[in-house]
Amino acid sequence: MARDSQAALVALNRFGFGPRGGASGDLVNAASDARGFVKAELARPHGVLLEAPGLQSTPQLGQAAFAYQDEVKQAREAAKAATPTEAPVPPAEQKADNQLRRNLSLNTVTNEIAGQQMADAKQAGATLKPDSMQPGVSAPAAAKPAQPLNVIQKTFRAEALARLQRAMLVDCGFTERLVVFWSNHFCISASKGELARMWAGAFEREAIRPHVLGRFADMLKAVEQHPAMLFFLDNQQSLGPDSRAGQNRKRGLNENLAREIMELHTLGVGGGYTQGDVTSLARIITGWTFAGRKGQLGAPGAFVFNANAHQPGPQVLLGKTYEANGLAQGEAALADIARHPSTANFIATKFVRHFVADDPPPALVARLRDVFVKTDGDLKALATALVDSDEAWKAPLTKMRSPYDFLVASGRLLARVPEDPGFYLNSLNLLGQPLWTPAGPNGFPDTAAAWAAPEGIKLRLDIASQMGARLGPNIDPLDLLEFAAADAASAETRRTIERAESRQQALALLLMSPEIQRR
Amino acid sequence: MVDCVENRLLTSRRGLLLGGASFAAWAYLPKFARAADGRDPRLIVVILRGALDGLATVAPIGDPDYAGLHGSIALTADGAHPALMLDSFFGLHPSMPEFARMYRAQHAAVIHAVSTPYRDRSHFDGQDVLESGYAGPGRVQSGWLNRALEALPRGERVSSGLAVGPTTPLVLRGNAPTVGWAPVALPQADDDTAMRLVDLYRHRDPALASALTQGLQLEKAASGDDMKPKPGNAVAQMRQVARGAAKLMAADDGPRIAALAFDGWDTHANEGGPVGRLAFLLGGLDGALAEFESGLGDRWRDTVVVVATEFGRTARINGTDGTDHGTGTIALLAGGAVKGGRVISDWPGLKPGNLYEARDLKPTTDLRSVIKGVLQGQFGLSDQVLAQTVFPDSASARPMKGLVA
Repeated sequence: MARDSQAALVALNRFGFGPRGGASGDLVNAASDARGFVKAELARPHGVLLEAPGLQSTPQLGQAAFAYQDEVKQAREAAKAATPTEAPVPPAEQKADNQLRRNLSLNTVTNEIAGQQMADAKQAGATLKPDSMQPGVSAPAAAKPAQPLNVIQKTFRAEALARLQRAMLVDCGFTERLVVFWSNHFCISASKGELARMWAGAFEREAIRPHVLGRFADMLKAVEQHPAMLFFLDNQQSLGPDSRAGQNRKRGLNENLAREIMELHTLGVGGGYTQGDVTSLARIITGWTFAGRKGQLGAPGAFVFNANAHQPGPQVLLGKTYEANGLAQGEAALADIARHPSTANFIATKFVRHFVADDPPPALVARLRDVFVKTDGDLKALATALVDSDEAWKAPLTKMRSPYDFLVASGRLLARVPEDPGFYLNSLNLLGQPLWTPAGPNGFPDTAAAWAAPEGIKLRLDIASQMGARLGPNIDPLDLLEFAAADAASAETRRTIERAESRQQALALLLMSPEIQRR
Repeated sequence: MVDCVENRLLTSRRGLLLGGASFAAWAYLPKFARAADGRDPRLIVVILRGALDGLATVAPIGDPDYAGLHGSIALTADGAHPALMLDSFFGLHPSMPEFARMYRAQHAAVIHAVSTPYRDRSHFDGQDVLESGYAGPGRVQSGWLNRALEALPRGERVSSGLAVGPTTPLVLRGNAPTVGWAPVALPQADDDTAMRLVDLYRHRDPALASALTQGLQLEKAASGDDMKPKPGNAVAQMRQVARGAAKLMAADDGPRIAALAFDGWDTHANEGGPVGRLAFLLGGLDGALAEFESGLGDRWRDTVVVVATEFGRTARINGTDGTDHGTGTIALLAGGAVKGGRVISDWPGLKPGNLYEARDLKPTTDLRSVIKGVLQGQFGLSDQVLAQTVFPDSASARPMKGLVA
């Protein structure tokens, strides 16, 4: 087949995480059969799972978090009781870094794009001492002794690292992009509290990844029953007003999760539900919670249905009556919402907007909506229909890479597999997309207007300059341009890179070029 | 390190520490219509994202139904943490002593039972309506404050440099050029690299060229030690952003008009009464208002700060000692130019039959009337411009008179 670099750019940038540098041959492979290159990943649903050694299940993580919280509390009480001589040592440190990190190091590059003291970076273009590459420490002028990370912070970083390393190593990255899309659609925020931070990565591994090429209804159920989501949107606190627990404790409903299920996860605003439906769904899912530290309801940190908290009786939702049936009442309701026509429309629109254009082509949206309806929400069929469409290949590359996409694409092009997530986490914070921490349950925005704002572009340039300063001396920018775009690179970009005053500057300009920023 | 900071007092919809409080301002020094009387008016718009519980912030303690509805989190006129009584009927949350002081000095006012024209309960649509100034959701291209700026004579460019932050609130987005600042320190790309990239974008990607050019124009640091990032909680962040913004706005050639947003007001569970989660956040807001006052110095005399939120919360607390999405709420005005010392309200009452949809404080004042009144009082914008351009299709919401001294 004819070599088509333009199609290869679409394959790798619109659908994937951008071409890898080094010996990957991504651009050449994609150029010979662009559609086949993208679809190859869809044939390997097992490949979407992330099971790096050291990554633990939600109940295990919950128990570790509970234990940590208990130890902190005991230490505090002990310190209060004793004479205030010695500060309590943050416990639970022995669980070992090593155990979490073991086998996660996939290369030996010491000069990785790791966090460094950003304040030093400007003059550090030429000389950078290896011992100043303290990961994750942002810019304190006076170097204070770093506080050891607690188990929650360590877990968050290990989960982040596993996700980043996966993104660096996959061929095209289409399925990883799907993971990011669905994870943002069904987002939680680590800022909710310690349990949310502890569970952020596990939530994605357990509730999102197994269903990215599966059924929407299964993903929906897995998400709404995941302890991280129940915690994030307060459902573990919601009690049926007439349930035994509600009566005993004189507490009742919390509508938060029910509203967001309909507004953000399925039907969408204007999707045909009323305030009454929100309240009704809230009643239906009372009792959906997770077992606490004492394990009275089940294994601590695991999803449980607490019949004592469940609002008794039948409920009417979207015009249909759901008989009192315990957990099954809510599962039946979710299954119906998943196949509601508004859901198909909402998902198809958001999907096309993410991958193709801020103003999604209506014909393509309609086709994907029909696929969603006909296949009962088969998400692999949805992704396949997108790749098979002409629109997705012909539409100009006008989408702006999000900060996460930009940083991952840069890391791939530079063929750097991180051994520490510090640089990525800090940069994401600066660029307004902190990992697994959107400001609200609607997730991060998905339009050029959000990510091509003046302040954001300027900050990207600052970050690209630092990468250039750090890594530029060892790379040939014109080689990288070949890996990035080959003959699909514009004459202007090529000329700008050729004329750069230094390799460092050339790398910064390449990373900021439209060929990399747009997708 | 931001990614490891925990603060369990914060609610689900707060932003991350640095992104949760952002500030943006107009880049030009307007030639004000009121230059004749020597005033140099300033306006600061504070958006509280997440829906502030107005009944918990300015509590209608004199309403016989209030205590029952707000239950365990209701404020009282006495007890260990008594509300700061504004008059015989309304009590201010005890974590806002600075606002109470301004109120007593007649430099702060409350408008109660207020709302935008939006009547559903989605945060995101509600914020779009609040900030876009349109009567319904779905319009996010420009905000009312930006369109008000477009209606002003532009004047000369603000020359003092501003550093940059990642986001501009919708209320200030639009055609009128604005600048942003957030307390984030990062070494900057050198000018030569930046100029080369601008040149490339001019040939290949005009939209990015325009964005980067604007970003670069703002880059000179609004420096000073107190603008470096510090670890801290949301309260410290709110104060820090307000302090930085006030410093920029106090300069002779500083921006006169600014907007900022604070996240985290979505108190579904364990909202707390006189102490607790909401109290913590209100303390931050109160501190931010005090920072504006002290930072603006003599300029405070001609300043109005408007504090607004997308909608209120349920009058009755929910089953988890919090409140769900509601309708009517409050707006706050503070500043030396405010004709204050008043709670302005056509009080609807909290009897079941008086609640909106039997659950929310019924709005009796259109928030647009309040904002129009401020814009008119500060900048002399006409009824017609306000009703057609700034808040399209809003002729029925007439500007409230006498808000500005």
